[in-house]
Amino acid sequence: MSTGTTKLDVVVSDVVPVNELVTRFHFRRRDGALLPRFSGGAHVVVEMRDGERTRLNPYSLMGSPLDTREYTISVRRDDVGRGGSLFMHRNVRPGMEMVISYPVNLFSLDLRARKHLMLAGGIGITPFMAQTAQLAAEGGNFELHYTCRTASLGTYADVLRERYDRRVRLYHDDRDERIELDRLLSSQPLGTHLYVCGPSGMIGWVRDSAASLGWPTETVHFEHFAAPQPGAPFDVTLGLSGRTIRVGEQQSLLEAIEAAGVDPPYLCRGGVCGQCETNVIAHDGKFIHNDHWLSEEEHRSCKKIMPCVSRFEGRSLVLER
Amino acid sequence: MAAKSIISRPVYGTLSLQPGKHHLFVADAEGALAITDLASKAPAGFFANAHIIFILGNDGKHVAALQALKPAQFYQGHSFANALPRLKQTLANAHMGLRLYLAGTEGLIGQAMQAALEAGIDHTSIQTEHRGSLARRIQCVHCKGITENVTTQPATCSHCGLLLLVRDHYSRRLAAFQGVCINAEDRSEIPPAEEIFR
Ligand code: FES
Repeated sequence: MSTGTTKLDVVVSDVVPVNELVTRFHFRRRDGALLPRFSGGAHVVVEMRDGERTRLNPYSLMGSPLDTREYTISVRRDDVGRGGSLFMHRNVRPGMEMVISYPVNLFSLDLRARKHLMLAGGIGITPFMAQTAQLAAEGGNFELHYTCRTASLGTYADVLRERYDRRVRLYHDDRDERIELDRLLSSQPLGTHLYVCGPSGMIGWVRDSAASLGWPTETVHFEHFAAPQPGAPFDVTLGLSGRTIRVGEQQSLLEAIEAAGVDPPYLCRGGVCGQCETNVIAHDGKFIHNDHWLSEEEHRSCKKIMPCVSRFEGRSLVLER
Repeated sequence: MAAKSIISRPVYGTLSLQPGKHHLFVADAEGALAITDLASKAPAGFFANAHIIFILGNDGKHVAALQALKPAQFYQGHSFANALPRLKQTLANAHMGLRLYLAGTEGLIGQAMQAALEAGIDHTSIQTEHRGSLARRIQCVHCKGITENVTTQPATCSHCGLLLLVRDHYSRRLAAFQGVCINAEDRSEIPPAEEIFR
């Protein structure tokens, strides 16, 4: 029941190191046909078969939506994460056969906008690579503000500057360059839409600032790029299938449910789409909610959980699965 | 209050305070009361960043009450057409952070919203409150002419003279309800006109 996640059989056509942390992967269809069309901001879920374990991680497509001969993703190596990015960096080689999902777009451009204001932090630049290519081809009006730690970690900053010149502004943390957010947000023409992708702290800061400065919620789009966080192992009872399973330290609750042979719905695996929303039947302990889907009130109610990113600490948890 | 019938028929709410840097109000006649009601809930200084565009009703009332709110800018006019250049100009120079509040007759709300949509504001971001007359702006589907202030069902098209059934079908783009010939089969059949949009 993994909604919208019909699979594509692909072969890795190239692996290109971009900088000390980021590597780019190119995929083509094994049968040589064109890949499905997508729009800027779409992601694919990449299946990583690592021995016993299968990881499913979402990555934004960063190539031009006008070119569907291949898909490209960029993966930032995360040495303390759950291992998906390390697997990509260490094990994936050109010629390898892999399976990816059809593209799904949960971060699409609102093409009614008069202007698109984009804010990227770190590897959050990837969806904007595709969106800027799409807009540039249509003569769209955009401006991209990109914050990175250092110039050498400014993934694709050079490419973007070359392509779009002054429509791209760079900010380097190590040089203490900061976006003057209030000023930026207050000087945008009516009809501007705002897009933000980066670390959760940045997304929260931008969303809060925009809201208090009077940006209507429907003009603010965000994509949180974080993978599920590891955490202490915990046990869960699946009320419908009557099974009790253990969620490992490096495993997400969704992955543990899948490993038990139950096939719950998902789309983004990143806490934003709402597809995996699961009812809590009973609990004794505390929830660690990491999603951007449920409201704060729903988080406090302890009646729902998003198993793709959220965890639990305590004695017992029974879910309606 | 307008009742919900078909999906395109607009529904209006009650003006509520929005976070923002500037607040633009467009109202006609009794719509002024929606603004003064909102003002009773507004924090001190709220109207220091507000601009009110007010179209007087036939009774010429409410100007003093609106001026007493001490908006940064206040405009009064006798028709929406007179106020429109100013509204367009204000929207064209505005930045994100401007919030729009529309109050009064459906015709006023619809036409101000039409200008706002053209300026790139999403209709869901606009606060609206219906006050006063239910008179409708109608577009005749046959000659495409607009007839203002229609209060009867059926109504006569002021351009081509056909007798029109006034539908709830509404166009945000045209800021008008749809009028369709009610006696196309037999023009001699003339149903009595009832005044239902008052
Ligand atoms: S799969 Fe999208 S929120 Fe969990």
